[in-house]
Amino acid sequence: MTTAEAAPEATERSVPKPVFTDAEAGAKEFPDSKARRFNYFTPSKRKQSHYEDVTVEVQPDPRHYLAQGWLYGFSDGRGGYPLDWTVLKAWGGDRPEPERYPGSGGKGYDWPAHGWHEFRDPNEEWELTLYRYGANVVRQINQNVEIARQAKAFEQWNPNWVRFVERNVGAWMHVEHGLGLYLFANANRRAPTNMHNNAISVNSMHKIRFAQDLALYNLTLSEEIEGFDGKAHVDTWNEDPAWQGVRRVAEQLTAIDDWCEAIFAANVVFEPLVGELFRSHLVQHAAPGNGDFVTPTVVGAGEYDYAQRDLRYTKAMFQLLVDDKEFAQHNRQHLSAWLSTWVPRCLGAARELQPLWSQPDAKPPRFEEALDRAKSRFSGIVTELDLDVPKELNQ
Amino acid sequence: MTRQSVAKAHEKIQELAWEPLYHEPVSQYGTDYTFQKAKKKDPLKQVLRSYFPMQEEKDHRVYGAADGAIRGNMFRQVQERWLEWQKLFLSIIPLPEISAARAMPLLFRTVPNPELHNGQAIQMIDEVRHSTIQQNLKRLYMNNYIDPAGFNSSLRNFQNDYCGTIGRQFAEGFITGDAITAASIYLTIVAETAFTNTLFVAMPAEAAANGDYLLPTVFHSVQSDESRHISNGYATLLMALADEGNHQLLARDLRYAWWNNHRVVDAAIGTFIEYGTKDRRKDRESYAEMWRRWIYDDYYRSYLVPLEKYGLEIPHDLIEEAWNQIWNKGYVHEVAQFFATGWLANYWRIDPMTEKDFEWFEYKYPGWYDRYGKWWENYARLSHPNGHHPIVAEDVDYQYPHRCWTCMVPCLVREDMVMAEVDGQVRTYCHEACRWTDVEAFRPTYQGRETPNMGQLIGHREWETLYHGWNWADVVSDMGYVRDDGKTMVAQPHLDLGDQKKMWTLDHLRRMPPVQSPNVLLNEMSPEEREAFHANYVRGGPAGRPAPADA
Ligand SMILES: [Fe+2]
Ligand SMILES: [Fe+2]
Repeated sequence: MTTAEAAPEATERSVPKPVFTDAEAGAKEFPDSKARRFNYFTPSKRKQSHYEDVTVEVQPDPRHYLAQGWLYGFSDGRGGYPLDWTVLKAWGGDRPEPERYPGSGGKGYDWPAHGWHEFRDPNEEWELTLYRYGANVVRQINQNVEIARQAKAFEQWNPNWVRFVERNVGAWMHVEHGLGLYLFANANRRAPTNMHNNAISVNSMHKIRFAQDLALYNLTLSEEIEGFDGKAHVDTWNEDPAWQGVRRVAEQLTAIDDWCEAIFAANVVFEPLVGELFRSHLVQHAAPGNGDFVTPTVVGAGEYDYAQRDLRYTKAMFQLLVDDKEFAQHNRQHLSAWLSTWVPRCLGAARELQPLWSQPDAKPPRFEEALDRAKSRFSGIVTELDLDVPKELNQ
Repeated sequence: MTRQSVAKAHEKIQELAWEPLYHEPVSQYGTDYTFQKAKKKDPLKQVLRSYFPMQEEKDHRVYGAADGAIRGNMFRQVQERWLEWQKLFLSIIPLPEISAARAMPLLFRTVPNPELHNGQAIQMIDEVRHSTIQQNLKRLYMNNYIDPAGFNSSLRNFQNDYCGTIGRQFAEGFITGDAITAASIYLTIVAETAFTNTLFVAMPAEAAANGDYLLPTVFHSVQSDESRHISNGYATLLMALADEGNHQLLARDLRYAWWNNHRVVDAAIGTFIEYGTKDRRKDRESYAEMWRRWIYDDYYRSYLVPLEKYGLEIPHDLIEEAWNQIWNKGYVHEVAQFFATGWLANYWRIDPMTEKDFEWFEYKYPGWYDRYGKWWENYARLSHPNGHHPIVAEDVDYQYPHRCWTCMVPCLVREDMVMAEVDGQVRTYCHEACRWTDVEAFRPTYQGRETPNMGQLIGHREWETLYHGWNWADVVSDMGYVRDDGKTMVAQPHLDLGDQKKMWTLDHLRRMPPVQSPNVLLNEMSPEEREAFHANYVRGGPAGRPAPADA
């Protein structure tokens, strides 16, 4: 910071002077002079990853290092991130918090103290990766839509397909937006470790971005296609009977209190049975036959978010709980119960979408065929998690 | 995107907000505030299509600078005095950042205007950015700075250190209790709008003056997101003000949040800037001068005061009192002296002050030498082990202070200390405002009004109590502040690395008298003894001097 006063020209400007301090690594040897890794956690692989370094232990835990406990509580006196915000359990979680009293010392259980801390996001998301990914996706979508616009690609669409896109592809933005905010962003306050909550917030941004991608694509179409109704998606979402099942179940998902149930029901049940059914088995399959090569690129980005990123961390998260050395049985029971609850709800919503299959001129593969594929995709995910496929799937 | 297309895009994404028809989203956080459901404008106007590339571009600059700093051997001219304090700062700050992310959902159901939620979600991911980019900076310091000790253990040590819990309020205050008190008033209206200027602008300038231009690169990049967050807070505040029933709560929360932020942030950042620097040019601004500009003028006069006409009751008295503490009562100096008194309970090294430092302090804070000079001379004299104890156990005319139960900074301005018996414990407070926070504000009723959603101050809030009766060597081992030879301490009261004879080890600590918790002792006294103790304590100071024996 230099002085603002006007100084006579001859005097030197007041600026800090560089000083040679030789404070770089390796300049001297002394205890710890080579101890250049974070020493408060055990890496999941042999070497700690960059992702782990910037993520692990930022959110503290009274069971290991947080000697004085949480400092602020809710009105019931509970602070921090209570483990019972989900019914699922990880090993060690039932042990009481270390007791503190005059002269108790500050040591807790050895790290990690309980199994929740063993979760690592296989996508290794932190700020550098999430912005790089997000920026690449929006750039790609922008380019695709822009090229299509220049090539007048939308002129090939037949009127029924225009209606289909304005109504149905449009309506899907509301699903992504609602879940992105009220399920995923909401859940980023709920999980007991920073690894969980960061992965969940990245999932949230995927959904919010995809919702906006669809909205902005809708805006471009209103500008490019004569008679394209840019508001039709709102009516469809509010009134179209085919969509009310999806809307009902999406809202019901945001009403879940237990954060594990919310993530599980959304990413393990709803996404394959309803999300991929609509996006992959309807939109992606119907579009080419109706002369549309653009919509699949926009929708495909959201499909990729789920299939390659969000599902990946979700599986890793629940795999740990299913295999937990203390509570595997307990967790399996709850997960099975959640499957029995959410499969019928999602199947119901899926079936209500059926009329959409007959709307385009060039028909996609039959609804039943699409649903079968969605079901087998779902079964595959459940089986990979080593859970039983619920009998409700065949109803 | 062109300006016009950004505006159009923003208008379009307003169509995304919808009200539920069949099931309400889960409601997990309570507030005693009330909000009218009214159509609002999204204050952020941020579309992810431009947001992601913008943030990526900012990242390019930050990571480019990081590569450049390493290639250019920046650490050959970084001041150790400065970097050592970064071991504390960079252990604190990623937690408040990530807590701000976690705080956003507290507002979803309590502020029932879906138009605001988009901005809150973007703030959430901004905060994930801040937290991880700061962790990454710390990692870079650990890898490239001469002494990795303390950086390498920061997230364990921050959570059990003698000063660390003070900083944790700045995070936990965002995520629990009444949702509006926490995520709106404490976080956005006070912490972000008032205090990020000292954190992210004033402090980086000081870093640059100490040879570190990476901290400014990272923190200016962080600060560039902050104006969006301030808009979020402002929109919520205006909505809260629209309902008169909220005015009493707003007055309460602004008092609490203002005072707590002052106690916590000014303690830490004031110490870093005044005692962590080697830049003693007379024309460089002191923390007090920066405070006057950033906080008093820019925040108080320009941001808060204009809100008075909307019915916001502003804690003018506490704002003037914070200035009084900084300017007349030596708040920052008292804190720095306390942090250095307990150097052995920290995990960084604290450099003694020199003649040159004394001169600067005297110039910027007339009367400084008479108050603090002798003590810092003693600190330098006792900095290498030579048969004496660490300064905390030597007679240097310093009475070890009581902790403030609320802000957890000790009761350093001795004359202000107050006591109260609360929940079966006699507690000490650094100031009437901290007593009020515990005894009156954080309670289920406030001035006769039911406040069932108000949070509670919980936890084991005096560090000393956990170690009451312990030998210091065991304390330091328990916390894990020992280097890899198994006995040399991470903390040192000097910067002389390499000469093992000058390094303090656990062996030196074994000979010290045990730790005594002032609060445990206070509670063992009879009521009369306590009164006498209190009367004596408030006659002590400045600079921690015990009360004169006569008078
Ligand atoms: Fe931030
Ligand atoms: Fe206090």
